Amino acid sequence: MTTLHTRVLIIGAGATGAGLLRDLALRGVPALLIEQRDVNSGASGGNHGLLHSGARYVASDREAAMECREEGDILRRLAPQCIEDTGGLFVAVRGDDERYVADFPGLCAASSVPCRGLDLGTARAMEPSLSPDLVAAFAVQDGAVDPFMLSLDNIAQALSLGSSMRRNLAAQSMEVENGRIVRVLCRDITTGEDVRIEADLVLNAAGAWAARVASLAGARIGMLFSMGSLLITQDRIATRVINRLRKPSDADILVPGGTVSILGTTSIRVASPDGCRPSVAEADRIIDDARAMLPILERTRYIRAYAGVRPLVSLGPAGDDRAVSRGFALVDHAADGLENFITITGGKLTTYRLMAEKAADLACAKLGVAAPCRTRTEPLPASTLGQWTEPGKGPRTWVDSRTEDDLVLCECEMVSRGVIDSIIDESGAMRGRSMLKAIGMRSRVGKGPCQGGFCGQRVTGHLYDRGMVSGMQGLAELKTFTERRWRGFSPILWGVPLMQADLQEALYCGSMDLEFGPPPSTRDDEGACAPVAKEPA
Amino acid sequence: MNTYDVMVIGSGFAGMAASLFAAKRGLSVAQAGGTGGIDFSTGFIDLMAVHPVAGQRVWEDPYAALAALRRDLPLHPYAHVTDDEIAAALGEFAAFLGDNGLCYTGRPGRNTLTLTSAGTVKPTYLLPCSAWGGVEALEAKAPTLLVDFHGLKGISARQIAEVRADWPELRTARVRFPGMGGELYPEHMAWSMADQARRIELAEAVRPLLGDARFVGFPAIFGMTDTMAVVRHMEELLGRRVFEIPTLPPSIAGPRLRAAFDRGLPVLGVRTYTQKLVSAAEVSDGLFHFTAGSGSTAVRIAARGAVLASGRFFGKGLKADRHAVREAVFDLPVSQPGKREDWHRAEFFDPRGHGINQAGLETDAALRPLGADGRPFHPRLHAAGAILAHQDWMRMKCGAGLAIATACKAVRDLNQNL
Ligand SMILES: Cc1cc2nc3c(=O)[nH]c(=O)nc-3n(C[C@H](O)[C@H](O)[C@H](O)COP(=O)(O)OP(=O)(O)OC[C@H]3O[C@@H](n4cnc5c(N)ncnc54)[C@H](O)[C@@H]3O)c2cc1C
Ligand SMILES: Cc1cc2nc3c(=O)[nH]c(=O)nc-3n(C[C@H](O)[C@H](O)[C@H](O)COP(=O)(O)OP(=O)(O)OC[C@H]3O[C@@H](n4cnc5c(N)ncnc54)[C@H](O)[C@@H]3O)c2cc1C
Repeated sequence: MTTLHTRVLIIGAGATGAGLLRDLALRGVPALLIEQRDVNSGASGGNHGLLHSGARYVASDREAAMECREEGDILRRLAPQCIEDTGGLFVAVRGDDERYVADFPGLCAASSVPCRGLDLGTARAMEPSLSPDLVAAFAVQDGAVDPFMLSLDNIAQALSLGSSMRRNLAAQSMEVENGRIVRVLCRDITTGEDVRIEADLVLNAAGAWAARVASLAGARIGMLFSMGSLLITQDRIATRVINRLRKPSDADILVPGGTVSILGTTSIRVASPDGCRPSVAEADRIIDDARAMLPILERTRYIRAYAGVRPLVSLGPAGDDRAVSRGFALVDHAADGLENFITITGGKLTTYRLMAEKAADLACAKLGVAAPCRTRTEPLPASTLGQWTEPGKGPRTWVDSRTEDDLVLCECEMVSRGVIDSIIDESGAMRGRSMLKAIGMRSRVGKGPCQGGFCGQRVTGHLYDRGMVSGMQGLAELKTFTERRWRGFSPILWGVPLMQADLQEALYCGSMDLEFGPPPSTRDDEGACAPVAKEPA
Repeated sequence: MNTYDVMVIGSGFAGMAASLFAAKRGLSVAQAGGTGGIDFSTGFIDLMAVHPVAGQRVWEDPYAALAALRRDLPLHPYAHVTDDEIAAALGEFAAFLGDNGLCYTGRPGRNTLTLTSAGTVKPTYLLPCSAWGGVEALEAKAPTLLVDFHGLKGISARQIAEVRADWPELRTARVRFPGMGGELYPEHMAWSMADQARRIELAEAVRPLLGDARFVGFPAIFGMTDTMAVVRHMEELLGRRVFEIPTLPPSIAGPRLRAAFDRGLPVLGVRTYTQKLVSAAEVSDGLFHFTAGSGSTAVRIAARGAVLASGRFFGKGLKADRHAVREAVFDLPVSQPGKREDWHRAEFFDPRGHGINQAGLETDAALRPLGADGRPFHPRLHAAGAILAHQDWMRMKCGAGLAIATACKAVRDLNQNL
């Protein structure tokens, strides 16, 4: 069995774990980050991508509102490559609660969240898709964030400072001696091999899985799970973020991202963070509700749905999950008799940096490191790790550096064989159980209108050509990839997407008989709600 | 304005077959249609191979499978067609293709396992003759060289060889296609293979790789119109049996089929309106009045009878919004699952297939679609092909066969009423 030694072990490569890796590295503490699947395969890859101005929380959670405002400002300044600074609107339509509308500007002021009243004509000129039934509109500082690029840029800088990361490595048990975690036992998902990690300090950044990870050391965290589903539209419907001006509820936010918009979200209590997927009923509910704000949502074309699970650290009996504070939880497990164990969970993508800062402060105190946090003032350097997920980046690079033999394997999104090759080469030994899935996460393969029907098969052929898969494995991985994409497509299959699904099944089953043959390469990853790269576009 | 005996709506397998059969029976035919399954098909003509789909039972004898199907699923459209009618329809269809440069073959009464571009094998009934060498090589697991090309992305020989672990003497090689660089397209390659010099160059590139191979397989690129002549020439040049494997669509199979119909149907007097969809249909004075196409190029067509062969969602015969599935031309009632939740299963590859794929038109025994009152919508409106309800051609492996057989039946019964 391999044994790895590290001063600090971080479990979970969502935005929080990635931010923590960077924060510690900047303080001169290189750490090892492990992730059971892939970067952002938890909530960080299954969220709305809204850089909150704070306005959504002014009525329910003033502390969260202020945190969001402050952190939003920092990210816009220090990580502009990950942010689309769109601005946002809060709008009410006829029938919405007038009290809420009337109180809104005052509440914003009380939380120092900038907010400007708009006359309705101006609002409609800014966003022509808004309903004719508009009764109130305010401008706020919401933006859109690319969560995948955010995590990868954090990781890239940390790696350049001597930190390390292992993907497809799951923490499975812990050995505790004399009030300390002395060993974390992990499984390498690619090889099935057991790996032992010995660390001075263990940081649990496992998001919705944090309670489970804590329990490996015998610590208890009360946690609720709330699943949210979102829909991606084919076209970008609005320039800005558009929020429904009412008590936060379902289907009241539309966030732009590149060439698309993302509509959501729902909130459904689930028993575990594993196995969540969007449903037909949720897709319908989202559209039925949101069209009051933007009637075009009834007619527009959707390209996919996805879901994520919010980790809500429970504060006693709670009714609606959205009422629970989203303020994050930082737990020093010294109180549980574990001196070298910290959990950081909950919170928001918008506040990931602050969460990392607070967790790193505590970690450094335990390690006796005096270096202060630098992420509040130092820019986040843009890296090349996340570049292929950016819509349009594939074609540009392909046109710039095209060799005669480079082929476009994915025509919908113009992803070339050269791009796939560079992903394969970067991925190396951490391919996990499906190389195709890892490629899908790092590129736009499978995200275009063909729903993966053509590019999935072509990339599979290329993986065979390069010897990355052999025997039935490539077909099994193709089936895994297809089933994974299917979760997102099946809730929105009417109109053109249904025609695409018809064609895909004609290809895969009608002409290649793929419903026979090997089963999908893995079904055990039911847990990953939405391991999707930059969901926008 | 001319009045035709039959208006055929659709130019997929079902529409092409309906036009062919109607014209051969002396009827005057107009046909409108756009792109459909035929353009994406593999060129294989499946008859019937899997039943029940949930049990994934594969039948070698399609007629035995049909007997079981008619017993277990009496609503399946095949229940309205006899074995003799099916055999006759397929024979007539294949003969027509043969006469127009597209040779088809198969074993009477038996399905044949054929190689796909994914490396899987699928049961089919009639195959392009150019694929037959592959069937023999596969059956004998004979020493075989599989060639693919730099720049052609719809097929990987290495994938096929890896997936076919049961065929150890299958070797692969990737060569440059003579005279072309960069990204290659099967249709361009096929046209260039009309040139004998090109074949000689290709044979020269492949000859040093032959080794002990008795068969040589290529992606389907051997000519648009006279494929078997190209195959024979290549066999002569290489001294080996040569065969084709269809690439991932759009492959050459679609254009070859289209080309054969474009050549053969006008000779039979069929008036074809290509790339025109019927945008309006009315019935008055006992006649159908259709508008095909839109805007200034729209045409009006009158007909005494009609065959609706407009396919499913991809073909555009059926349309779905968030709440229901509708038929696109006449707004005929569509048999369908009650709620959208029941349209699709949680897993794409669920062996039972998806509920939506059994949706479609209910008909009487003469394949006349039923109106809202449960009676035939019109005495001379028939339906054929994938638009029919209670079948799942993708899972049952009966795509083109069902289209051809039901087209034949629809035309025959229509003819009796004209
Ligand atoms: C539907 C939805 C919409 C949201 N919208 C927004 C929004 O618009 N704006 C916003 O600011 N926030 C939003 N959020 C919140 C935000 O997404 C999360 O708060 C944030 O992504 C949490 O990041 P994290 O790194 O803490 O957790 P995660 O991203 O869940 O990361 C935890 C990681 O730990 C890994 N892990 C778990 N167990 C193990 C183990 N045993 N070994 C190794 N690794 C393990 C998981 O695989 C996962 O990758 C939304 C959340 C949801 C669910
Ligand atoms: C990728 C793929 C692979 C396939 N592989 C095989 C295979 O290996 N073996 C096999 O047997 N079958 C295969 N098929 C199936 C086969 O090609 C046919 O799709 C099937 O037999 C159904 O034929 P159809 O004519 O009923 O419908 P379609 O092929 O869908 O044709 C419908 C036609 O109707 C036209 N149309 C629609 N609306 C209108 C309108 N309003 N006015 C006029 N025309 C209209 C369309 O333009 C089209 O021409 C495959 C299909 C696909 C898509």
